[in-house]
Amino acid sequence: MSAALLTVTGVSKHFGGVVAVDGVSFELKAGEIIGIIGPNGSGKTTLVNIITGFIRPDRGKVVFKGEDITGKPPYHITDVGIARTFQMIRPLYQLPAYKNLIPSLFSPRVRRLVGGKYGDRDAVAMDILEEVGFERDSSVPYKSARNLPHGYLKRLELGRCIALRPEVIILDELFSGMSIAEVTSTVPIIEKLRDEDIAIIMIEHRLRELFQITDHVLVFNFGRKIAEGTPEAVMNDPEVREAYLGSEDVGEEEIAC
Amino acid sequence: MGRRKERIDRGVKVRSDGIYALNSYREVLYLAVPRLIPVVGLLVICPLFSDYWKEVIVSTAVYALLAVSWELLYMGGLISLGQSLFYGVGAYMAGALNAYLGLPPVLSIPIATVGGGLLCALMLLPVLRLRGIYFAMVTLVLPLLLARFVEATRILGGTEGLTGIDSFSSQWVAFYLVMVALLVAFYGFRRLEGSDYGLVIKGINDNDRAIMSSGINIHWYKTQILFLAGAVGAFAGAYGAHYDMFAGIPGFALDYSILPIAAAAVGGMGSFAGPLLGAFILVPLSEILRALGALRIVFYGLFLVFAVVGLPEGLFHFVRRKYEQIERWVEVDKK
Amino acid sequence: MFAAILIYGFINSSILALVAMGFNLTFGISGVANFAYGAIYIFAGFLVWIFLNTLGVNYFLSIILAFISSYLLGYLMYRFIILRVRGLPLSEVMATFGLGLAIMELFRYLDFVGVKYSLPVFIDGSVSIGGHFIDYQRLLIGVVAVALTVIFYFFTHYTKMGLAFRAIAQDDETALTLGIDPDRIGAFSLALGSSLAALAAVIILPLGTISVENGYEVLINALAVCIVGGLGSTVGVIVASILVGYSQTLTANYIEPHWMILVSLAAIAVVLVVKPSGIFGKQKELEERV
Repeated sequence: MSAALLTVTGVSKHFGGVVAVDGVSFELKAGEIIGIIGPNGSGKTTLVNIITGFIRPDRGKVVFKGEDITGKPPYHITDVGIARTFQMIRPLYQLPAYKNLIPSLFSPRVRRLVGGKYGDRDAVAMDILEEVGFERDSSVPYKSARNLPHGYLKRLELGRCIALRPEVIILDELFSGMSIAEVTSTVPIIEKLRDEDIAIIMIEHRLRELFQITDHVLVFNFGRKIAEGTPEAVMNDPEVREAYLGSEDVGEEEIAC
Repeated sequence: MGRRKERIDRGVKVRSDGIYALNSYREVLYLAVPRLIPVVGLLVICPLFSDYWKEVIVSTAVYALLAVSWELLYMGGLISLGQSLFYGVGAYMAGALNAYLGLPPVLSIPIATVGGGLLCALMLLPVLRLRGIYFAMVTLVLPLLLARFVEATRILGGTEGLTGIDSFSSQWVAFYLVMVALLVAFYGFRRLEGSDYGLVIKGINDNDRAIMSSGINIHWYKTQILFLAGAVGAFAGAYGAHYDMFAGIPGFALDYSILPIAAAAVGGMGSFAGPLLGAFILVPLSEILRALGALRIVFYGLFLVFAVVGLPEGLFHFVRRKYEQIERWVEVDKK
Repeated sequence: MFAAILIYGFINSSILALVAMGFNLTFGISGVANFAYGAIYIFAGFLVWIFLNTLGVNYFLSIILAFISSYLLGYLMYRFIILRVRGLPLSEVMATFGLGLAIMELFRYLDFVGVKYSLPVFIDGSVSIGGHFIDYQRLLIGVVAVALTVIFYFFTHYTKMGLAFRAIAQDDETALTLGIDPDRIGAFSLALGSSLAALAAVIILPLGTISVENGYEVLINALAVCIVGGLGSTVGVIVASILVGYSQTLTANYIEPHWMILVSLAAIAVVLVVKPSGIFGKQKELEERV
């Protein structure tokens, strides 16, 4: 057993009277994919925001490679090696798609890792875009982000993460808004990242696709982690069924849709 | 049958902004000529004017420096309503170094440029953490309060100001110094804008969270921009103090704040050429309209409103489009 | 001495609160920072003067007319300027700032300068409180400031219109789905803010002369109070007014009147360093926003 890369211990956060995240703990190892599922408003995105430093938790600790990163600013957390995508996509709309990767390639982290300067950041950006499924010889990578379809923007977000050469990637509902074909072509990219020993957290509503990639799932409800284990195990958990459907006698297929 | 205006890019533009494929000297000239206009204009044509107009041109250049500095902040999403802060700080700093310590302009101007930039960045540092209009509010308030502060505490000569500051050794030194400084700031900032660094700055304006998530400390970058803009403004002030042989409360006056913004609005925000062009239209124009007195500021104010509401494009972008595109009327079928 | 500081500090705080309230209200409701605020203030002052002295209208009627004009000015400003750049805060700032400058400098150009431009006080005379004479006008300022605070509290918490304001302040898209028209409320917020500027002008200006500089001063004071108190927060405006108002009075009394301006500067500096969004600021700092 290798040591945990990222350890989240007893993290809590409330907004006013609402408890968004309530005492959540889990561990993530290099080369592992963890899926986080749960109904809307169950605190999944808040947890991501806590890990990535956008929100300071009331209690609890986030430790990455032995360093306590709780409440550190987002750029520091990215700098140590945790990259994320946003559920609400946030591209730089004014710029062509490939230029969207330049800030990541220009970041202190990447400049440190590649030892000084990239020869040609634009070329590296094009390589990464090709990796996430942008057709290199078409006009797509040169199009302004404003004019790109949603599915491309989602993959652009993924590209922005890859450009950072991270050790942990957090994908916040990457698949939502993608077509079946786009999801099918994105799955191998994620599996390839895992094979490169990158740890991945996936927050997903598209369970069927998620369960293809990972067999380690956390289930959230009302800010609490109510179950953890393989897809089969958690889906047979009565509390999970209750959370998803409010009743017990539903088949797994229906949940997965 | 009806008519429709068709716009076609001239042949040299390829694929994306800033990437060209050039096949002939004609095309090289086509791209190079507009880029050389500022150099030729400022260094060769401007000196040909009479002494009276040369003075106007010098004060135009001072305002143009402030306008270029304003545009740099605008690029990073920071709207400054108080360029006079930079001017005033630079002027007082150079003035004090000269009047109290006897430093010649050769030393006082560089020190005031760097020191003024640092001081301004320091004063505005806390506001950088907030989005939106806070920066505009604070930059508007600060110079006006600082003016009162000088008035009340009677430091730095109080309402009298610092007089008898050393002038430049000759008119030509003064003239070329400000022209070269303007060109350095203009081309330097343009270069910056085109680099990856500039892209990050524009990205902060576009979407600060995405930039943060790319592992970039946006506060640090904004601070750097603030320092650069402040230093250019402080240079304008330091130069102005030596040129006028005076540094005083008028340095914090609204004129130095509003004219650069009006210049950017008229010339076109979003490029460094716009504010430069705007300054070289507005300042000489207001010299011609000197008889109007306070009405000039009324016009600046209205220019600003019209530019922001009516033609956000500005003059420069209009001229540029005319230069880069062929327009023609074509017949179309009307259904 | 103590009683004097108490009273004058209160009056001073009331003046600041009155001046800042309109600016803050407009921002609180529709998110528009009206940088033409100071211009509207002197616009109302000069208008009353023109009605009163040039056209010979009755004082009370002049004030009413100035109110209506300021209300209309605010409304038209929204309709013809803000509406076109709505949602672009920086353009809103530049447009209102430009308009304000144009209005103020137009008065200067038209030679509205001099001591003759002053308004009569409402009721002449003064009253003795604890051995200190306070003129009725200053007393009135205090009363109006307190009354306005109370009215606004009830207005925003108990009336339909007031609740709609708060709804739109929180999220205008959601407000839209509730059948509230953001443009109507936005126009009204600007009109209301402008008439509050007019109200402040007619009761404060009789203390001195009307000058273009007043306009700049009012804008600076309004901004300073809002920066210290926290933009968009009514409680913040009140607290900041009291804080700055009393510190200014204390400074003027114990140190030197000239140093009063230092108080605003120091207050802004301290607040910006300690809590950039102001004492009661709702605007969260960057890192905490998602």
